[in-house]
Amino acid sequence: MSCCAPGSDGMIGPGYQARQDAEVLLASRLIEPGLRQTDLSVPSVHCGACVHRVESALSALPGVLAARVNLSSRHATVRWTDAASPPPFIAALQAIGYDAHLYDIKADDKDAALQELIRALAVAGFAASNIMLLSVSVWAGADAATRDLFHWLSALIALPVLAYSGRVFFRSAWNALRHGRTNMDVPISIGVLLAFGMSLYETAHHGAHAYFDASVSLLFFLLIGRTLDHMMRERARTAVKGLARLASRGALVLHPDGTRVYLPVGEIEVGMTIMLAAGERVPVDARVISGRSDIDLSLLTGESEPVPVRDGTLLQAGTLNLSGPLTIVATAVARESFLAEMMRLMEAAESGRSTYRRIADRASRLYAPVVHTVALLTCIGWLVVTGDLHRAITVAIAVLIITCPCALGLAVPMVQVMAARRLFERGMLLKDGAALERLAEIDAVVFDKTGTLTLGQPCLRNSATIDPAALQVAAALAAHSRHPYSRALAMAAPANAIVLDATTVAELPGAGMEAQIEDHTFRLGRADWALDISERHEKSAPPATVVLACDGELVAEFDFEDRLRDGAREAVATLARDGLQIEILSGDRDDAVRRIADGVGVAYTAGVSPGGKVARIEAITAAGRKVLMVGDGLNDAPALAAAHASIAPASAADIGRNAADLVFLHENLQAVPQAITIAREAARLVQQNLWLAVIYNVLAVPVAVLGYVTPLVAAVAMSLSSLIVIANALRLRDGGRTARVNRPAWRSTAQPMVGRSA
Amino acid sequence: MTDFLYLVPIALALGLAGLAAFMWALSSGQYDDLDGAAERILYDDDKPLRR
Repeated sequence: MSCCAPGSDGMIGPGYQARQDAEVLLASRLIEPGLRQTDLSVPSVHCGACVHRVESALSALPGVLAARVNLSSRHATVRWTDAASPPPFIAALQAIGYDAHLYDIKADDKDAALQELIRALAVAGFAASNIMLLSVSVWAGADAATRDLFHWLSALIALPVLAYSGRVFFRSAWNALRHGRTNMDVPISIGVLLAFGMSLYETAHHGAHAYFDASVSLLFFLLIGRTLDHMMRERARTAVKGLARLASRGALVLHPDGTRVYLPVGEIEVGMTIMLAAGERVPVDARVISGRSDIDLSLLTGESEPVPVRDGTLLQAGTLNLSGPLTIVATAVARESFLAEMMRLMEAAESGRSTYRRIADRASRLYAPVVHTVALLTCIGWLVVTGDLHRAITVAIAVLIITCPCALGLAVPMVQVMAARRLFERGMLLKDGAALERLAEIDAVVFDKTGTLTLGQPCLRNSATIDPAALQVAAALAAHSRHPYSRALAMAAPANAIVLDATTVAELPGAGMEAQIEDHTFRLGRADWALDISERHEKSAPPATVVLACDGELVAEFDFEDRLRDGAREAVATLARDGLQIEILSGDRDDAVRRIADGVGVAYTAGVSPGGKVARIEAITAAGRKVLMVGDGLNDAPALAAAHASIAPASAADIGRNAADLVFLHENLQAVPQAITIAREAARLVQQNLWLAVIYNVLAVPVAVLGYVTPLVAAVAMSLSSLIVIANALRLRDGGRTARVNRPAWRSTAQPMVGRSA
Repeated sequence: MTDFLYLVPIALALGLAGLAAFMWALSSGQYDDLDGAAERILYDDDKPLRR
């Protein structure tokens, strides 16, 4: 991992292991007496060798019966014999270089909807091919008796298939109709059912034309579109779920009688005393009663520098305890904590946002009435002209069959699946097709600062001017701390030549590190603590400075800054060139935001509360613009939900990632303009495909109205139109080839966090 | 022309057999991890797989 790579909370501190055991136990489930199963998310598994190493490492642990890795969803399932303490899964994986997190079992339920779609698709595929074979022999000129037999056979196959595979559409159409709405599934259902009904009638009366093949192959084509659409969304969802989870699952509670119990977050009550180790997240809003430490607020408020805390300080749920153990008293239960407050703000923001209707649904709102009117007029027209009711109804139904939105049902999902795939290749995960349509419409962009424009982790700014020997001493000290500055120092140093014994190093929370090296006392930390009073006069150091002192004398000063993400400047420049209105909304202090805003050349507002961000986005929306929100923190989550479209980096907080339409996995911020480009290209192709569908209908409807449509014509016309829109959707990949020529360099160097696409 | 009296049932039976095989493969979890299956074939295991 490079310096400042996102993620990785998982450092092991003293006292952390016991809690982790309790947490593993809490997250596992008993599948039979004496046998437990734990699901782990291992995001960095990306090849067969990884699968093998992870499975071997897990199987080698005592008590583990079986371990199996799923490479597609990147998680491991471990079965182990129930014992007092679970085997150290996470530590074992960390030892061989894989970060692992507990996986939510609730989320692991097999995707029932996808299973149903695939089964329906398989059944429809079987029926469509067999009925088509029978139909071909009818069209080839079978005699009347054989024709009737084949029609009956077709009906026999089609009826159960319509009942089984057609459910997907009938259910959705019925739901829409019952609520007085109409969607794409309404004309589909009507067309399919009428085609089947008329064919059955024709068969019973020894008619020459039956449309069983049309009604079933229609279902088959539409199910392909539906299944692709669903798979695309599901893939992104599991990948997002597999990333690190940040909310704490439980906490170690100290009862008045001195016993310590690990309780799930939901069972913690106001007034309970909680032991919070360094490296843990605060489970509920609480007040510190003893201990000193530094707290990382970056995910909550966007503040980039850790805040020292001591007894009496109030902590918000979700913040990360960095340097020292704390004893805290809960001041709110989980459902009244800061996190829950954010959830409520998000729900409010979501309900405030105008509901977005997907392009396909909007098209069908125009489409269905037109088609049904045409069919009705055709029926009346033929009745008036010929007086033959049977003939009139037959022609009208042929019109419905030929105009059934087969191409329309494929036109949109095909393009969106291709776009999702192109985004995936560039390390971006798309939540669903509607998100892509909304993303293509945006004309204003709001960025969060900490963790979005910047990496949210400090980097050593002046490493070039520091004596390498001093840097080495500092890095050796820093290696014993979890403080972000210490980690940056440890990263910045060359190979650690000096290794200090942990017993000689002491961390003083809120101040710094102290160690004895060869009769000298080295201190690394705040200037007013590390230096003698005589040394302090020089200047009032900015807060982002750490000094290394030897017996109270200054040895070196270290300046830190929150580094801009790679490509941040270019990304903002590209967006500005496209004529988008850009601004920064941050919860951080004014000077910190100004430095970054000046760096990328954008207007900014600092010190904005989560509600303030939502208000600002609503103001921009009210001014007639469609806003894209790019943010990562908990404080951004309501704004992400309120915006027309939203993007979050993979390092974002859980609820932020869930609220966002698109998650990008790489460090580079160029993902944002790239995503917009792909979304716009996809929107263009969707429009083209809709026009193709319109042209097809303009050509086919007159033929049908005039009564020239036979089952053969219907089969050819429908397949042809579907193939054309699929071919047009595939052009999105060709567009990708030209774009890949000037592929940005980061693609080859950046470390894939979720890895290769399949 | 009466050949189809047994040919059609045979064709349908074969199709149904394929459909049943697919349904079985789906429900026995063989499509759960397509990427993993592609990679696993490259690694020899001395012990039989335990699931």
